[in-house]
Order: sequence, then structure tokens, then C-alpha cells
Amino acid sequence: MKQKHLVIFSAVFLLIAFVAGAMLYSSQKSDAALQAYQRDKSTFIRENAPAFGNPAAKVDIVEFLDPACETCKEFYPFVKKLMAAHPDKIRLYVRYAPFHAGSDQVVKILEAAHRQGKFQETLEAIFAAQSSWAPQHRPQPELVWNHIGGVGLDIRRLRHDMNAPEIEKIVQQDIADAKKLNVKATPEFFVNGKPLPSFGYDQLKNLVEEAVATAY
Amino acid sequence: MNSPARAQDSNWGLVFACWLIACVSMLGSLFFSEVMGFPPCVLCWYQRICMYPLVLILPVGLFPFDRNIVRYALPLSSLGVLIATFHLLLVAGYIPESIKPCVQGVPCSEVQIEWFGFVTIPLLSGLSFLIITALLILVHKRSSK
Repeated sequence: MKQKHLVIFSAVFLLIAFVAGAMLYSSQKSDAALQAYQRDKSTFIRENAPAFGNPAAKVDIVEFLDPACETCKEFYPFVKKLMAAHPDKIRLYVRYAPFHAGSDQVVKILEAAHRQGKFQETLEAIFAAQSSWAPQHRPQPELVWNHIGGVGLDIRRLRHDMNAPEIEKIVQQDIADAKKLNVKATPEFFVNGKPLPSFGYDQLKNLVEEAVATAY
Repeated sequence: MNSPARAQDSNWGLVFACWLIACVSMLGSLFFSEVMGFPPCVLCWYQRICMYPLVLILPVGLFPFDRNIVRYALPLSSLGVLIATFHLLLVAGYIPESIKPCVQGVPCSEVQIEWFGFVTIPLLSGLSFLIITALLILVHKRSSK
């Protein structure tokens, strides 16, 4: 009997330790991100990063995304809806975490399109055609060209710009910042520096509504 | 080992210790992948395949105590030792890149954590498998006397 109790007690103890550890880890991670944000926003908000919404908004969402990531594509309309629900109160900054091999090439296309003032249109075209150029999570950047013809980009300039050293620098900067902020999966959101407590639409919605309520 | 009952008790304790190590290893690996978000590489998956069944098989041999549990658990733990050793050699660079088994996803040679400058995930895994294997062999030797 004593032995049975020992085994049951150990199992329960280990499970509780695991859950407590997980909760502690996530709250520490959240605190660390918030402190980093309050100290210095530049890791979160890069100057010249593509952004949507009112520049004077008091709530900022920083989204790290990968153009080849399906969940990022799924979240895109949702984030747009969230912003529409709180007009002029939210500014969305797009950062890159190109975790799929080959995604960095697509990020370069996006940044070059950003130079032409056509970031949103290009991102939407790239997301819409995601399953064609990145089937089974294997991005084939050369196929992207077939899908951005309708955006109205100066393709020749784009092809030249995307290989500019400044754009390479932006990609490297974003990868470095993602690492610094412990971004391990995409999309990752920070709402005024706070990461999602756990991943999901509702968690993002709650976090944003909380931030809007505090700021306004 | 004065009486057979006490010998059996201490063997029970050893198998129980193996089970504890297996549990801690399983929860630890789940913590790394599910909580901290490190994607497991292919070799980590192979090691999990050897470790996770131990969490279920070992307690079956504890109630009532069955010394044959060693026969069922030892193949898993020794294979685990081999895979972890291979993984460690890969990380250390003794095995050249060209024959590493993972081509896509996370490269197995990537070091995701490094505590005190030398404690890596494959090292923890290898130690767990090694201790479990050693304890199981000890149980086998003692009970076959």
C-alpha cells in the first residue's frame, strides 16, 4: 500500500510541478517582454516598419509574421477586424520572423514593395496566393512573382530593390529582434509590449480590448 | 540483502527510481517543446519514442513487482542511450554534417539550451537513459542471483 501511495504521490507532485513551472515561465516571459518594452520600444517598433492605422494611436500591436505561415494568413483579416472595431485607437506594426526556409526572399519582396508604398496590397496578394507559392510549408519564392502582377508594382524596380543591402539589413534586424523577444512561432503579437498569455483569437481580442480600455 | 523480501524491496525502489527519471525526462522534454517553444528535432523524437513508453511500462512492473520488467524496459533504454550518444557526437561535431539524418525542420546539431556552458538537451537525455539502463541492469543482476 505504501508503495502505491508513493507512486501516486510522485505522479501528482510531478504534474503539479509541471503546470506550476509552465505558468511561472509564461508569466516571467510576459513580464520580461513588458519591461523590455517600457525600457526601449525600438526592439518592438522599428522605424519605417510597415504600419497600419492612426500614427497617434495609443495602443500598438506589434505582429511578427512569416509570409509563408498559414496561421498568419488566417489571423490577417481578424486583426483588420479588431482594428476596425476600435477606429483610430490602434496602430499595427508588421515585423518579420521568416522561420520557413525561403521566406526571407518573400520578406525582401514585401519590403521592396513597401518602398513603393504598396505594402498592404502586396501582402494581401501574397497571402491570397499562399497555397500556390508555399504548398505544404515549402516556400518557393520564385513563384510569388506570378501572383503580384495585379498589385501595380514597378516589378523591375522591385527586383532591383529587393537585393539592396538596406533591405537585407532590415531582414537581419527583424530576425535579431524576434530572437531577442523570444519569438518562437508566428504570428506572435505584442500589445503595448504584452505578449499573448496563450495563443488564440480570443486572447488577442481580450488583450487589445484591455489595452484600449486602459488607454482611452 | 538479508532476506528475499528486503532484496525485492530494494529492487522495487530501483525500478521506481527509473520510473521517476523517465517521468522527469518526459515532462522536461514536453516543457522544452510545449512551454518554451523549442521545436524538437528528428533525433529528439527518436529519443522520445524510447523514453515515453518507459513512463507507462515501468509502473506496470511495480504492481505487483515483476523482475521481468527489466526485459521489457531495457531494450528501450539501451536504444535511447545509443541515439542520445549519436546526437551528442553530432552536436560536438565528431559526426560530419553529411550523414546527419535531419535535412529539414530543425537541424539536430543546433544547440537550443546550454546551462553552465555544457548541459545541453541531448546530454540530459543521454544521462537519463544511461542511469535508467544502469539501474535496470543492476536489478537484473541482483534478481537473477
